[in-house]
Amino acid sequence: MKIHEYQAKEILRKYGVATPRGVPCFSVDEAVKAARELGGKVWVVKAQIHAGGRGKGGGVKVAKSPEEVREWAGKILGMMLKTHQTGPEGQKVRRLLVEEGADIKKELYVGMVVDRGTQRVALMASSEGGVDIEEVAAKTPDRIHKVFVDPGTGLKDTEADGIAKKIGIPDASVPQARTTLKGLYQAFDETDCSLAEINPLILTGDGKVVALDAKMNFDDNAAFRHPEWQQLRDLDEEDPAEVEASKYDLNYIQLDGDIGCLVNGAGLAMATMDIIKLYGGAPANFLDVGGGATAEKVTEAFKIMLRIAHLKAILVNIFGGIMKCDVIAAGVVAAAKQVSLRVPLVVRLEGTNVDLGKKILAESGLPIISGNNMADAAQKVVVASKGKR
Amino acid sequence: MSILINKNTRVMTQGITGKTGQFHTRMGKEYANGANCYVAGVNPKKPGESYEGIPIFATVKEAKQKTGANVSVIYVPPPFAAAAIDEAVEADLDLVICITEGIPVRDMIRTKYKMQGRRTKLVGPNCPGVITPDEIKIGIMPGHIHKKGRVGVVSRSGTLTYEAVGQLMELGLGQSSCVGIGGDPVNGLKHIDVLKMFNDDPGTDAVIMVGEIGGSDEENAARWVKANMKKPVVGFIAGVTAPPGKRMGHAGAIISGGKGTAQEKLAVMEECGIKITKNPAEMGKLLKSVLK
Repeated sequence: MKIHEYQAKEILRKYGVATPRGVPCFSVDEAVKAARELGGKVWVVKAQIHAGGRGKGGGVKVAKSPEEVREWAGKILGMMLKTHQTGPEGQKVRRLLVEEGADIKKELYVGMVVDRGTQRVALMASSEGGVDIEEVAAKTPDRIHKVFVDPGTGLKDTEADGIAKKIGIPDASVPQARTTLKGLYQAFDETDCSLAEINPLILTGDGKVVALDAKMNFDDNAAFRHPEWQQLRDLDEEDPAEVEASKYDLNYIQLDGDIGCLVNGAGLAMATMDIIKLYGGAPANFLDVGGGATAEKVTEAFKIMLRIAHLKAILVNIFGGIMKCDVIAAGVVAAAKQVSLRVPLVVRLEGTNVDLGKKILAESGLPIISGNNMADAAQKVVVASKGKR
Repeated sequence: MSILINKNTRVMTQGITGKTGQFHTRMGKEYANGANCYVAGVNPKKPGESYEGIPIFATVKEAKQKTGANVSVIYVPPPFAAAAIDEAVEADLDLVICITEGIPVRDMIRTKYKMQGRRTKLVGPNCPGVITPDEIKIGIMPGHIHKKGRVGVVSRSGTLTYEAVGQLMELGLGQSSCVGIGGDPVNGLKHIDVLKMFNDDPGTDAVIMVGEIGGSDEENAARWVKANMKKPVVGFIAGVTAPPGKRMGHAGAIISGGKGTAQEKLAVMEECGIKITKNPAEMGKLLKSVLK
């Protein structure tokens, strides 16, 4: 799960990380009021969307008067902000963060992720901040410093200080950098993050270490112990089809092809997308119905896929283990009768109760194209999607 | 022969009183030598009770002492599953197979930390389990699709493993053991660990390695194969079409920072002498082609 910059900063402040003072705003008037209340002479108006690259896309502007704040807020709120992470149509801006201006002397990078190799949280830091860190990692990997945090002790003072010095923080500011880095780790750990990033972390003219931007992703598996995440979730930032699917516990990701896929198991679901592509088709979605799919879930999955206007065909690929093929078959038949199935449907069943499943499909009278195995089913659905039945 | 488990393995179920734990313990008990293998259950609130004739103990330690069980399988719900692994490790079992899906990564980081220097092996979490066909089945895979043979299977996915097994069976090829290592980023045995075991197992002639996007476990395993493996390995990686930054069902199946793509993994595997296919329908055929 992703959250907004202003929400991440609120969390980080609780852990002793310094940030500019700021106010989240939902309207132009609120933005102007916020600027007046913050005081000072310079403000930054920042679009709040979940995608990165907002500055380059024109979603972050400096204002030198409340009138300019009004002007920029008016332009940014409601705009379709395009960044390298939003896709070509962009993401509509519905929230702003108005902050006091900062005196930037130096821009640095710090971030945390789970490192699979060491099975620990990795702190990564670089003297090259404010830019795309993936580019830094690719071009100058020696400028990225790493510490793998011992889960027993947490980030140690010596480790934090060492990293701070390596990225060029002057001695006088090292104690504050230590507080920042340790706070970042503690926040990462206690709030069950899968990613936490401060880019840039700045050094100000008077030697302060400040988080100018912040990004946090949460580990969805930990949602059960974070009821507060409900308030932080912004459904406007999520794909409507994915939001709908999540209501039914379906693992769904929207893609841009025209062949809908309904599969049990994440690995098989990915492999199904791959084989469709291999035979010249394009998957419209990733969908893992899971091990406990019911007729209701299958019906909802069909409804979600059929909302895709350009959908040309659907492939159901099931290898029944715990999930029984007859249950899936009954679900497919029920769904096909309830929704108007306007595209060809190819079904491949294998595994537990496969014969019973095939019988249910055959006796339903529905125009279902049967796939004998994964390759046969994929080839048939690609042909069907191109209108050559 | 086989790896990890065989007909002499003695298993306890942690979470035997839940619906999932009961169902799969019963299925395991009914499979091959299962009636002799499944000897204990654990639930701190229900010691002294039994399920299908299997006695329930309050702790893993007690279950081990009273029944000689050396392996546990975990169906405990996610909030408590990591603690269940910890308990099994502290009781010094040989092997823990954790089926539970959805354990917070933070919990697994701590559990793996506590496992340092301990002898217990972990398979999973978020995995289908391990099966040695016609001997013992520990996990949620359908037993009937397998038969005894000489092909090893190791995979991060559940149903995609069944798919690989199904293709082997179409060609008349049985399996020595099939190991689902699970789809989580912080987990127990990795591909490389399981490949080492298959390499040492006289009952295994060749291995199918099924991977997916995210991390670099497959690359590490491939490099080890190049230097050490005496048997042919074939591979498939799911997720060539997966978009970056999206979690494809499994917590571990995500391309981030341009790393962990299927293309990258396949390239390294090929370099290391592993025969690969980009067609998931041809895993079985490819394996057959490398058998002498």
